[in-house]
Amino acid sequence: MNTEALLLSVAMSAAAGLIGSFAVMRRMALAADPLSHVALPGIGIALALHINPIFGAAAMLGFGALLVWGMENRTRASTETVIGIVFSAALAIGSMTTSGEELIEALFGGAGKLGKPEFIFGLIAAFAIVAFAISFRNSLVISLVSPDVARTAGINVRRLELFYLEAFALTIALGLRYLGVMLMGALIIIPAATAKSLARNLTAMLWVAVALSVVSTLVGAVIAARVHREPGPLIVLVAASLFLLTLLRPPR
Amino acid sequence: MENALEVSNLSVQFRDKRVLADLSFNLRRGDALAIFGPNGSGKTVLLKALIGSLSFSGTVRWAADTRLGYVPQKLDLERDIPITGIDFLRAHLAVAYKPVSSISAALNSVGIPTEVAEQPIGILSGGQFQRLLIAFALVGEPNVLLLDEPTAGVDEAGQEQLNELVQRLQHDRGLTVIFISHELSVVYQYANNVLCLGRAHPCFGSPRTILTHELLTELYGSEPSYHIHEH
Repeated sequence: MNTEALLLSVAMSAAAGLIGSFAVMRRMALAADPLSHVALPGIGIALALHINPIFGAAAMLGFGALLVWGMENRTRASTETVIGIVFSAALAIGSMTTSGEELIEALFGGAGKLGKPEFIFGLIAAFAIVAFAISFRNSLVISLVSPDVARTAGINVRRLELFYLEAFALTIALGLRYLGVMLMGALIIIPAATAKSLARNLTAMLWVAVALSVVSTLVGAVIAARVHREPGPLIVLVAASLFLLTLLRPPR
Repeated sequence: MENALEVSNLSVQFRDKRVLADLSFNLRRGDALAIFGPNGSGKTVLLKALIGSLSFSGTVRWAADTRLGYVPQKLDLERDIPITGIDFLRAHLAVAYKPVSSISAALNSVGIPTEVAEQPIGILSGGQFQRLLIAFALVGEPNVLLLDEPTAGVDEAGQEQLNELVQRLQHDRGLTVIFISHELSVVYQYANNVLCLGRAHPCFGSPRTILTHELLTELYGSEPSYHIHEH
C-alpha cells in the first residue's frame, strides 16, 4: 500500500468509527447494510458514463439519505423499515445496471489504481465526516437519548437527522474502494459495537471505536497483501475477531 | 404578554383519531398546572404539542422570554449505553454555550452525588434518572418546567422526594410548572390549576372547584379512592 492509499484508508476508518458509534447508540446498526445497496445503481450509471464509480456511488448515496429522511418525516415509520424497503429496491435496480466483475468489485471492493481526484475527494470527505461527528457529538447524544428533550434544548433535530444520514451515506461511499458496498457497513458497525461493550463513557467510546476501526483496516490490508487477497473481507474478519475477543472477558 | 402561556383552540389529530379538541387555557407566570385524566386522554400529546414536537392546529403562545425545560416520561434506554450522567449534562452545557463548572451546581440542586452522575445513564435507577433529567433541564436555566409523569416507575419514598424537589425548584426559581399526574393527592398538594382531559369538554380551574365527585366519576367510570392531604 502506498502512502496515499494508507492515508486514505486511515481517514476512512476514523470516519467509520465515529459515525458507527452514533449508529450503534441510536440502535440503527442494521441500517448500514441496506443503505449501502443504493450505491449500486450509482456505480452502474458512473461506469456507463465512464466516470469514477465512487462519484456515482457518493451521489446516489447522498440522494438515498435524503430520501430516507423525507420518508421518515412523512410516514412516521421507523428509519430501519424505510431504509429496508427503499434500498432492497435499489439493489434490484443496481444489479441490473451493473454486471459481472464490476458488480463483484462494487460489492466487495477491489484495489484498482487510486486516482488523484478520488484521493482528494476521499480525504476531504473523511475530514468533513470526522469534523461533523466531533462538533455535533453533543447534539447527537442529546437527541439519541430523547428527541423531545433535544428540541427543548434548542437543537434542530430534523436538520441534525439529515446531516447525520448524509454523513453516514458519505462514509459508506468512502469504503467503496477497499471494502465494497457490502462490507463497508460492517466496518461502520463492528468496531463501534466493540467499543460500546468496552467503554463506560462517551469519550472512551469514540476513541476506542476509531482505534479499533483503524487497526482493523491496517491489519486487514497487511494480511491481504501477504496472502494476495482483496483487503475488504480480511478487514471485516479482523474487526469481527476483535469483537469476539471482547466477549471473552468476564462480564461486569 | 403577561401570561406565561396562552393556548387557544388547540387540536391534535392522528390520522382519523382526534386526540385533543379545541383546548383553550391561559397560564400565569409562576403557576403550577396539573394535567389530569385517564390513560389515552392525550396528556402526553398535549405536552408534546406545547414543546412543539408534534403538529397541531390552533395556537400555542409562550411569553417572549420563555426558556423551556422538559422532563419526559420514563425513557427506554439500553443498559450498556456508554453515556454517563456527566456526558449528558455536559452535552447540554455545550449546546447552550454555558461553562462546564455549572454541572456540580445542577447536580447539587437535584441531589445527585457526583459518583452517581459518573455512571452510564442506562444503569441509573428510575428516580436517579428522573433527577438527572431535571438537572439537564436546569442547566438550560429554564423559567418553565414541563414534566411528564415524573414519578412513574419510582418507589413511593422516591416519588415524594421528587414531588418536593419540583416544588422547591418552583419556589426557589419562580418557575412556571406544568406536570402530568394520575394522582389526585399530588394534584391537590402541588397544583394551583388543573386541566382535566378525557371528557367531551375539557375543564380548567383550581383543583378544589374542578375535581368534583361528578367529574371523577365521569372520567373514571367509578369514583377513584383518594385522600386529600391538608397542609
